[in-house]
Amino acid sequence: MANKVLMKGNEAIAEAAIKAGCMHYFGYPITPQTEIAAYMAKRMPKIGGTFLQAESEIAAINMVYGVSAAGYRVMTSSSSPGISLKSEGISYLAGADLPAVIINVQRGGPGLGGIQPSQSDYFQATKGGGHGDFHLIVLAPGNVQEMASLTVKAFELADKYRMPAMILADGTMGQMMEPVEFDFDVTPAPEKPWATNGTKMQRKHNIVNSLSLVPEELEKFNFERFERYAQVEENEVMYDEYLCDDAEILVTAYGIASRVTKNAVDEARKKGIKVGLIRPITVWPFPKKPFAKMAEKVKHVICVELSMGQMIEDVKLAVECKVPVTLCNRSGGMIPSTEQILAEIEKYAKGE
Amino acid sequence: MKTTKYLFSGFGGQGILFSGKFLAYKGLTEDKQVSWLPSYGPEMRGGTASCSVIISDELIGSPIVDSPDVLVAMNLPSLDKFEKTVKAGGTIILDSTLIERKVERTDVEVVYLPATRLANENGCPTLANMIIVGKLLKVAGEYDEKSIEETLKKVISAKRADMLEVNKKAMQIGAEF
Repeated sequence: MANKVLMKGNEAIAEAAIKAGCMHYFGYPITPQTEIAAYMAKRMPKIGGTFLQAESEIAAINMVYGVSAAGYRVMTSSSSPGISLKSEGISYLAGADLPAVIINVQRGGPGLGGIQPSQSDYFQATKGGGHGDFHLIVLAPGNVQEMASLTVKAFELADKYRMPAMILADGTMGQMMEPVEFDFDVTPAPEKPWATNGTKMQRKHNIVNSLSLVPEELEKFNFERFERYAQVEENEVMYDEYLCDDAEILVTAYGIASRVTKNAVDEARKKGIKVGLIRPITVWPFPKKPFAKMAEKVKHVICVELSMGQMIEDVKLAVECKVPVTLCNRSGGMIPSTEQILAEIEKYAKGE
Repeated sequence: MKTTKYLFSGFGGQGILFSGKFLAYKGLTEDKQVSWLPSYGPEMRGGTASCSVIISDELIGSPIVDSPDVLVAMNLPSLDKFEKTVKAGGTIILDSTLIERKVERTDVEVVYLPATRLANENGCPTLANMIIVGKLLKVAGEYDEKSIEETLKKVISAKRADMLEVNKKAMQIGAEF
C-alpha cells in the first residue's frame, strides 16, 4: 500500500508512459485529456525528454511519426475531435509500420460535440479511423490502475508488432482519481534495425515511408501486415469475466460503462438473477471466443455503451446470431445509471 | 463490509474538490478502496462544482455517486439539486451561513453548520470546506488527529506546508462546534 498514490487517470497514463521509456510527447490541449499534456510539460524537461505543444493535432501526430521513425518510444494524446484530426497521420504510421501510442480520452460527438465522457469513437478506433486497410491495437482501461498498466502494454505491443496502439479511454476514466501503483515490469524497446537514426557511414540508408506506387508491392505489404494482425488476434486478446459461470443473461461493457454495469450485475445477483459480465480489455483484437462460448448457454446479451451502439456490432458478430443482443445506452456525454442497466437485466430475466 | 458514498457540492473556489480529495486520501492511508470523480466542464468557472467520493472495504464499481450516503452542500443550488438524491437514513451537512433554508427531507440526519461564519471569525476565511470536513468526520465517529495529520501531509504539497496547521485547526473548529 505504501507505493500506492492517488492519481487522475490522465496523470497515470502520462507517468506510465515515462516509466515505459517514452521520452518524447507531442500534443495539443483539449478537454478532458489536458492533464496528460500538463503532466508531460512538468516532467519531461526534468528527465531530459521532449514535451512539445504542437501548433495543431495534425502537427503533433506527424512529429510522432518522425520520432518513431528514428526508433524511439513516442506518444501523443487527444480527445475525440482531436483524434479525427490525427487520423491521417495514424494511417501513415500504420502504412509505414511504425510503433506509436495514441491516447483518446473520448468526449461526446459528433463534431465538436461536448466535453463529457463518451464511448462514441469505438468505430473510429477499431475499424480504422483513417483511410486504407489497417488496424490499431486498441486497449480499453476499466480503472486508473489499467490506465497506467495498459499504457505500458500499448508501448510493448506497438513495438512487438510494429504498429500504432491506442488507449481508448473516456472523460470519466481520465478525470477520476483512484489509487495506482507503478511497480510493473517494462519490456524495453527492441532493437530497431529499420530506424532512420543515421547510417554513421556503416550501413545503407533506411527508408521509412508509406508511399508504394507499384500495386503488386503495396498488395504484398498489406498481406504481410495482415499476417501480423492475425498474430495479434491470436496472441493478444484480453478480457475480464465476472460471474459468467452460471449466467443466463450476459451483459457486456468496457471502460466506464463496465464499472456501472458491474454495480448493476451485483444488484441483479442480490435479486437472484443469474447474470454475468464480460469486459473486453482489448477492443481490437475483439475477444470473440468468450462471447461465442457464452452464446451457447445464455438466453440474452445486453451491450451497455456510452454511444448509439458501436461495440454491439462486434458482439453480434461474435455470437453469430445464436442469441439476441440488445443495446442499453446513453449518448452525448451522459452515463447510464445502475438502475437503467438493472431494469434492462430484469426485463430479459423475466423473459420479455 | 462498508461502502460510504459522498457527494460534495458548492461554488467553484470553495474547495469542494480539495475536501473530496482529502477524504479520498484519508481512505487511502487507511488501506481502503477509494475513488474520486470531479464534475468537470464550463460549470466550474465560478459556477457550481461537485465531486463524488467513494470509500469502501470492497472493490469499487461505478465511481459515480447518484445517491450519496453523505451530502455536503456549500450553497443553495447544491442543496436544491441534490437534497432529493440522498439515501434515506443518510446525512446532509450544509453551510448554514450560506444556505438559509431548512432541509425538507425528514428521513435524513441534517447537520447545520455555519462554516463560512466560523471560518471568518477564526481568521481562516478560505477554509469553510475543511471546517465542514472536520464536522463530517466527527459525526461519522472517524475524527482521528493522527490520521488527519498523516492525510494532510499527503494532500498538501511541500510548497504549501505552512497550510497544514491551519487546515488542522479548521477541522478541529468544525469537530468541536
